[in-house]
Amino acid sequence: MAFSEELAISAQGLVKSFGDVRALDGVDLAAAPGTVLGVLGPNGAGKTTSVRVLTTLLTPDGGEARVAGLDVVKDAAKLRSRIGLAGQYAAVDENLTGIENLTMVGRLYGNKRAVAKRRAVELLERFSLTEAGGRPAKTYSGGMRRRLDLAAALVASPPVLFLDEPTTGLDPRSRIDLWEAIEELVGDGTTVLLTTQYLEEADRLADRIAVVDHGHVIAEGTADELKSRVGGMRLEVTLTHCAASFAAISALESMSEEPVHADGELVVVQVAERSGAIMEAARRLSQAGVGADDIAVRRPTLDDVFLSLTGHAPADEEAAVEAELELVVA
Amino acid sequence: MISDTLTLAERALVRLPRNPDMLLAFTVQPIMFVLLFAFVFGGAIETPGYGDYIDFLIPGMIVQQIAFGGFATALGLAEDMTKGLIDRFRSLPTARASVLAGRTLADVATNLLSMVILLVTGFVIGFRFDANVPEILAGVALLLLFGYAFSWIFAVIGMSVSSPEAANGVGFILIFPITFISSAFVPVESMPAGLRQVADVNPVSTMVDALRSLWLGGEMGNSLWLSVVWCMVLIALFAPLAVRKYRLSAGA
Ligand SMILES: Nc1ncnc2c1ncn2[C@@H]1O[C@H](COP(=O)(O)OP(=O)(O)O)[C@@H](O)[C@H]1O
Ligand SMILES: [Mg+2]
Repeated sequence: MAFSEELAISAQGLVKSFGDVRALDGVDLAAAPGTVLGVLGPNGAGKTTSVRVLTTLLTPDGGEARVAGLDVVKDAAKLRSRIGLAGQYAAVDENLTGIENLTMVGRLYGNKRAVAKRRAVELLERFSLTEAGGRPAKTYSGGMRRRLDLAAALVASPPVLFLDEPTTGLDPRSRIDLWEAIEELVGDGTTVLLTTQYLEEADRLADRIAVVDHGHVIAEGTADELKSRVGGMRLEVTLTHCAASFAAISALESMSEEPVHADGELVVVQVAERSGAIMEAARRLSQAGVGADDIAVRRPTLDDVFLSLTGHAPADEEAAVEAELELVVA
Repeated sequence: MISDTLTLAERALVRLPRNPDMLLAFTVQPIMFVLLFAFVFGGAIETPGYGDYIDFLIPGMIVQQIAFGGFATALGLAEDMTKGLIDRFRSLPTARASVLAGRTLADVATNLLSMVILLVTGFVIGFRFDANVPEILAGVALLLLFGYAFSWIFAVIGMSVSSPEAANGVGFILIFPITFISSAFVPVESMPAGLRQVADVNPVSTMVDALRSLWLGGEMGNSLWLSVVWCMVLIALFAPLAVRKYRLSAGA
């Protein structure tokens, strides 16, 4: 079998416990070469633990995993020269300059100083850090640190790259910069496993998404497949006056088997078919004398997917910040 | 392994000139301590058998400073742990022992620097060797061995705490009394009974006594070989413990 047909990342039944906490409870993952696998889940779902197992940092209690054709336990030493890791916290030495950080990593890969330095210069250029390259990393902004961290993961041009929440804590502008950098890498044929708490990030970057919760993969597929699992379309009506919501509900009720939801001016109806839904709703509303400012049909988002799969919304920003604080205190 | 260790030692050393507070701790602070001890306590402390208090003080001060030399290792490792650098190093095809070996090796270099600074300060205020060159060099070698042993204690501290701040606190609270309840600054004969027994068995005293007899002449007794044994024992205890902690820190 040609290598290109083999999976770049595959894991079956990974189990890992820390004392009483079962961080991984049978995780299965698969990514074809040159694709992006998004691992999506709330805080504590087991994303980091999965990444640490796949990057040889942790030995699993059970299960098997292969990355770039090598077993993560038996071939750990060999595997390390074929993977790049950018962990959950930008792992750069703050006392070193950008170029020193990258040169150090190159030397730890076994390169001569001159070779390591040349590669460092190249990477700084690629991540728009050339100007800052001579300054200690402690003077960098969050976005610059992340880019330097990503550059460090790319020093050896690894065929498989692991990015653990690469944009958590970044401002929107830096997030988009980083997305573009990742997309460029994938364009060059790198396989990427990316964990995230952000649904839009998985939606934008990932070819396939594995949704994890409590150490399990609870759903896997393309973003479209996951969305269609939640079923039908959502018809959303924005009323002119929220006082009319009762009238709107009774007018629209018979369009769907599911109950109609109303929240202030917004009324949501689940419909099976897109075609004709808007016309039908408009006709019913005008017959009932209910004014509407906006009527739209939208496909379910990954937020809806998550809610219907887990029964709770993915960790919101506040919960994430709280969890990070806990980490700092602990 | 060797080149990885050197790369990581270099990285640990670069930190020093770039951190004003650390640079002060390794340069100005020891000078200040020597001057304070020499001129504030000097007149009040009797040191029978030694020319004057400055001769007595300098070896003790150097031993104390070197005992703290490993602080950089504790702080550095605690920082690497909290900032995810340890994970990065582990994910590289790098010899695993080189992270610890690099740090402790860097301490040897900073200890050498502290030693030079303290000796120069000592000379300025009147310290003089009463020894030949081999004896002086033997003293230097013994100090480096002693510093290396303490670096492993600090390595364990650095990996046992949750933050660099905690490493600072724990390191200070543990090591400070050990260096003070010793013959480093006052003759142990001047201490009250309970304390004196502690000072007598303290490896810091053994070390200071050996250094004084190497550099200032006088009774060697068995302090020299006892110091070497102490250093070996400390390394044999703490180096494997540090390596174990390092392995376990991955949660493996
Ligand atoms: N080293 C560890 N020791 C103890 N518990 C851990 C450790 N690492 C992770 N856990 C626990 O395992 C679970 C999964 O954690 P993690 O993989 O970090 O989740 P995520 O990255 O998705 O937020 C959490 O309950 C976490 O508290
Ligand atoms: Mg995580």
